[in-house]
Amino acid sequence: MSIFEYNGSALIAMVGKNCFAIASDRRLGVQLQTIATDFQRIYKIHDKLYIGLSGLATDAQTLYQRLFFRHKLYQLREERDMKPETFANLVSAILYEKRFGPYFCQPVIAGLGDDDKPFICTMDSIGAKELAKDFVVAGTASESLYGACESMYKPDMEPEELFETVSQALLSSMDRDCLSGWGGHVFVITPTEVIERTLKGRMD
Amino acid sequence: MECVFGLVGNGFALVVADTSAVHSILVHKSNEDKIMILDSHKLLGASGESGDRVQFTEYIQKNVALYQFRNGIPLTTAAAANFTRGELATALRKSPYFVNILLAGYDKETGPSLYYMDYIATLHKIEKGAFGYGSYFSLSMMDRHYHSGMSVEEAIDLVDKCIVEIRSRLVVAPPNFVIKIVDKDGAREYAWRESIKDAAALPPTTA
Repeated sequence: MSIFEYNGSALIAMVGKNCFAIASDRRLGVQLQTIATDFQRIYKIHDKLYIGLSGLATDAQTLYQRLFFRHKLYQLREERDMKPETFANLVSAILYEKRFGPYFCQPVIAGLGDDDKPFICTMDSIGAKELAKDFVVAGTASESLYGACESMYKPDMEPEELFETVSQALLSSMDRDCLSGWGGHVFVITPTEVIERTLKGRMD
Repeated sequence: MECVFGLVGNGFALVVADTSAVHSILVHKSNEDKIMILDSHKLLGASGESGDRVQFTEYIQKNVALYQFRNGIPLTTAAAANFTRGELATALRKSPYFVNILLAGYDKETGPSLYYMDYIATLHKIEKGAFGYGSYFSLSMMDRHYHSGMSVEEAIDLVDKCIVEIRSRLVVAPPNFVIKIVDKDGAREYAWRESIKDAAALPPTTA
């Protein structure tokens, strides 16, 4: 079993009409044993920027702590929040610093940039950025997630429809992956509000 | 074959550990205490490499005490857990400690809590958890019988059920267990469950 599959994860971010959704599964496992069913993979950096970290849980926790620290420092110096594009560059740089001893994580970054334009991107464990206009996925269920998103995605979805699409894509992909599951956690962020919901799927 | 497990009840948290110190096929002793009393209201149950276990848990205990001396107030359970995770994470890519930890504590404001920390520094707050081969049995028993807000009697009953399962189903099952509890009155040893007592010291021979 590869080190990326040690804890198990499923992450997805999708763009809608002036909004974005970011969702994850809730399982924390150690190889085939489930430890917890309420593990948080998506973290808030600021009101309009969220990062999901898939892969090895310990590195995800360490990486989140380092990134949150760097953002707080940026806020103190610049007296404003980081733009999503800038944050993605920061994550990429921090990951590449450890090129020959990497963090075993794949981040999914989603935010609202200038003029509340949605921004999503993902990168591999050494910081190779992949920008997308529609959706990005990561985790042990990523192959299923690509297929599910490709077939269910439509451009310019309203928040409620986006929530439905992301939830269905996540649940159906988690059902095909034994290492992720035990429900889902979905955030839909619009310029005016944040909708956070928990999904109940096949609890196994 | 080390078994450590724990759970949170109504105003208390329990940690149970086996008490065998084993080297390959030899059992050095059967009354090794693997649950350290970290401070007045915290327990640290550890399993793994014996040298690392003792060194690391003592290091954490002394640093927790140092914080209290320097600042006049004790660390909260969450703070102690995050400190411990930080130490494990820093050491992970240099010379890792092969110690799995269950940290139980009681805080006046937030009540009892239990933290799961494996040797690669994955930290998670849980209601019930276990490490080792015994976890296959104790986690299943707890999944079946645990509910939140258990009384001490109910929790000890569940612990005994888990110990019975481990003893009957694990091939190299440890014979003895220690149970420690932490609640508003502090962290203390609750009971032992022994099936093999070390023989009493032999009387001195007369010439």
